[in-house]
Amino acid sequence: MAMEIKEPRIGVFVCHCGVNIGGFVDVPDVAEYAKTLPNVVHAENNLYTCADDGLTAIKNAIKEKNLTRVIVASCTPRTHAPLFMRICEEAGLNKYLFTFVNIREHCSWVHMKEQEKATAKSKDLIKMGVARAVLLEPQEEVKIDVRPSSLVIGGGIAGMTAALNLANQGFETHLIEKEPELGGFLRKLSTLYQTQESSAKAYEGLIKKVEANDKIQLYKNTTLKSLTGYIGKYDAVLNVNGEDKEIGVGTIIVATGADEYRPKGLYGLGEHDNIITLTDFEKMVKEDKVPADLKSVAFITCSGARGQDKEYCSRICCTVTVKNAMKVMEMASKGGDAEAKVEEASVDEKAVSDKEEEKAEEPEEEEGESRRRSRRDRRGRRGGRRRGAERGEERPKERGAAVDVTVFNRGITTYGIEQELLYNKSREQRVKFVRFVPENPPKVSMEDGKLTVSYYHETLKADRKMNPDLIILATPLTQRPDAQELSKMLKVPLGRDEFFLEAHVKLRPVDFATDGIFLCGTAHGPANITEAVAQAYGAASRASIPMSLGYVQAEAIVSYVDRERCSGCKSCEVVCPYGAIQFDEEGLAEVIVAACKGCGTCGSICPEKAITMTHYTDEQLTAEALAALEEVGT
Amino acid sequence: MATKFEPKILGFLCNWCSYAGADLAGVSRYQYPANLRIVRVMCSGRVEPSLILEMFIQGADGILVGGCHFGDCHYQTGNYFAEKRVKLTKKLLKRIGFEEERLRLEWISASEGERFAETIREFTKQIKEIGPSPVSGTTPNVDILKALFAAKNAVKDFRLKLLVSRELDLVMEGNVYNEKVPQEEIDTVLDAAINYELDRCSIIFEVRDEALSVDELAQRLELPPNRVLQHIVTLRDRGLVMLDRIDNDTPLYLAVEEGIK
Repeated sequence: MAMEIKEPRIGVFVCHCGVNIGGFVDVPDVAEYAKTLPNVVHAENNLYTCADDGLTAIKNAIKEKNLTRVIVASCTPRTHAPLFMRICEEAGLNKYLFTFVNIREHCSWVHMKEQEKATAKSKDLIKMGVARAVLLEPQEEVKIDVRPSSLVIGGGIAGMTAALNLANQGFETHLIEKEPELGGFLRKLSTLYQTQESSAKAYEGLIKKVEANDKIQLYKNTTLKSLTGYIGKYDAVLNVNGEDKEIGVGTIIVATGADEYRPKGLYGLGEHDNIITLTDFEKMVKEDKVPADLKSVAFITCSGARGQDKEYCSRICCTVTVKNAMKVMEMASKGGDAEAKVEEASVDEKAVSDKEEEKAEEPEEEEGESRRRSRRDRRGRRGGRRRGAERGEERPKERGAAVDVTVFNRGITTYGIEQELLYNKSREQRVKFVRFVPENPPKVSMEDGKLTVSYYHETLKADRKMNPDLIILATPLTQRPDAQELSKMLKVPLGRDEFFLEAHVKLRPVDFATDGIFLCGTAHGPANITEAVAQAYGAASRASIPMSLGYVQAEAIVSYVDRERCSGCKSCEVVCPYGAIQFDEEGLAEVIVAACKGCGTCGSICPEKAITMTHYTDEQLTAEALAALEEVGT
Repeated sequence: MATKFEPKILGFLCNWCSYAGADLAGVSRYQYPANLRIVRVMCSGRVEPSLILEMFIQGADGILVGGCHFGDCHYQTGNYFAEKRVKLTKKLLKRIGFEEERLRLEWISASEGERFAETIREFTKQIKEIGPSPVSGTTPNVDILKALFAAKNAVKDFRLKLLVSRELDLVMEGNVYNEKVPQEEIDTVLDAAINYELDRCSIIFEVRDEALSVDELAQRLELPPNRVLQHIVTLRDRGLVMLDRIDNDTPLYLAVEEGIK
């Protein structure tokens, strides 16, 4: 980089910080030493450089001594750099010509018992600062215009919610859906838990709103074909029914959703008609195709999840399982009401409540069990019912026990208060929960032409068998197969579980690290509708910030490519986490200033030394470090 | 030694974690030896092997590279690349017989002030035990100094840089055929590349002032002559070494001016 022709004129301000520095470092001595360093034309010590008189001293010195560099030796740049940079700017000096030297946190406070060494180190640190300051160059922060329009990828509940939210704020919104219909995963579901509404009610209302909104450009049968650009100026090519369409947007929201994991052969899935997944069952319910004569239904949770095939817990399947277990009960009891009444008449009101029974896992009844066991079982049942009646709750309908529902599980996690209540209710309705350990999951086989589940009963410590009419597997949600391609196209990462990875797990849950691209719904990981909608609101709100402002402030500290040296090896592109490097028609690298965050990883990886990291150049870092290796000045 | 050995230790710390950890050590008044000089960088991924090696050449007794813990990097993945590069640098140091313990990589978060101080205490103690750098002071070990120069040139080389930049991708994401490459395989390739590049840089270094034959080079560098010849061919292809003259039927080679970095 070109050196400044004019010799830099450096001013050094050494801060006492009261006794914080002054108590351990000989500040006047350090300031005197600073005067002896090359290019230093002014040095002074201040009681508090950050106080009014200290700041005034900086401003005056810049003007009177014609300073072209300012060094403050005091605390940490992490808290005070913005203040001193502003003061420089006010005095007409580019704020990037300011250098901070940390002699408090990194010196006086950590060498309190070695005051001579602390003083010598302070001198060294200032010497390093001077070496760096000489090589600094002014930098400019540029504003980048942001188009007030957004592209939402995915027309499920999250995508539709986000699109509506943006459109209602007045932003032109392009909503693309690869299927011929909007609605996403919700289309496959029957009723939704908590409200017991049909899922159609939820998505049809939204679809109407989306279709009626004139700010939303809706594209069905559409995928994203390619994307170039950066925050504020994304140019996308859509594949609409096989034809290309180009659109330009300022921001992007990814709401591509998830698929249900359905590996062939998992617990016999796909090998027998009566081994299905939760979603298959939802569809059965929706289409009213649940066999009427079900006597026994088994659910197996964590099928293929939590270390079996996928590492993660899919979060929502426990609640969905409980919901559907109750659905089975409800459907079976519709025909069994009369029977239930008969049995009710025979209830012994004096039956003792059996607390032990309440807590233990309910073993399912089987042929060949002893009479004693079956009595115990019945007693427990009565007790359960009585307790329900005392609380004045609606009387459970499943009393006829028209169907036996067993949920094989590794622990049920129906997170959330409503969901916990749902779980409690399912137990009251006598859904049986049988635990298994991951080392010994239940086995599904065909024995004598009957579907058989063999399992080890953890409470009874015994191997047991049952013959369900239907086995329903709670498999996890999983990333869609085309996510990898989208991830490359948008240059946003997938996490370990192959779901899209947010910028920060806690603090930036709907942002991508790349500016201008946001995330919501199950593309980010398993979520229920409430969560997906909340995320969609979040993503829309985050996307609206730069669009409302109309611009983003680009970082001044960015990397810069020397086209003469670039060989187009693409190493920089590989290491850049922000997709801030693109290649022109000659195949040479270009930094997208709006997207670059200034980490400098590309600069240090470039085999041709074609990339310079401004404000942290090789020369600046080398000079600063070299100064530290020279003999300690005294 | 007349005075007690006070090592010169450089710390290249990332702004977001390790530098902030050092700040917290200060705020909490955790005391540590005054040998450390901190250079702030925005990301540990910015610290390149050639900078580290240059500082060792200039006499640093110890160098600490500090970044964020995996998963915490302010720039997502910078620290992963830092790890790969420090690993490469350590391999080189080990190969040339320079104590690799003088280079240390630590993940220290902004909340680990105490750990920062402890790390510095421990690192300073370790460096004091190892003693002054062999290339510092008035009588540097010329062989090691030469080797450090060669190493510095080797890490600037296209091949090593390219390998290191792709290493993470190849291990984690897979190659263009979507095959993940095992770490051991990468290490084997990297080790071989290090040996080759280091040899080549050493050859250039030897022939920068005087023309030497393959046999002379083989003797000086303690390498098999056929290996040296192989390198000479490559270096001539790359335009880094040229045939100077033929002396008694023995070709003598000399470095090309631009080849000396």
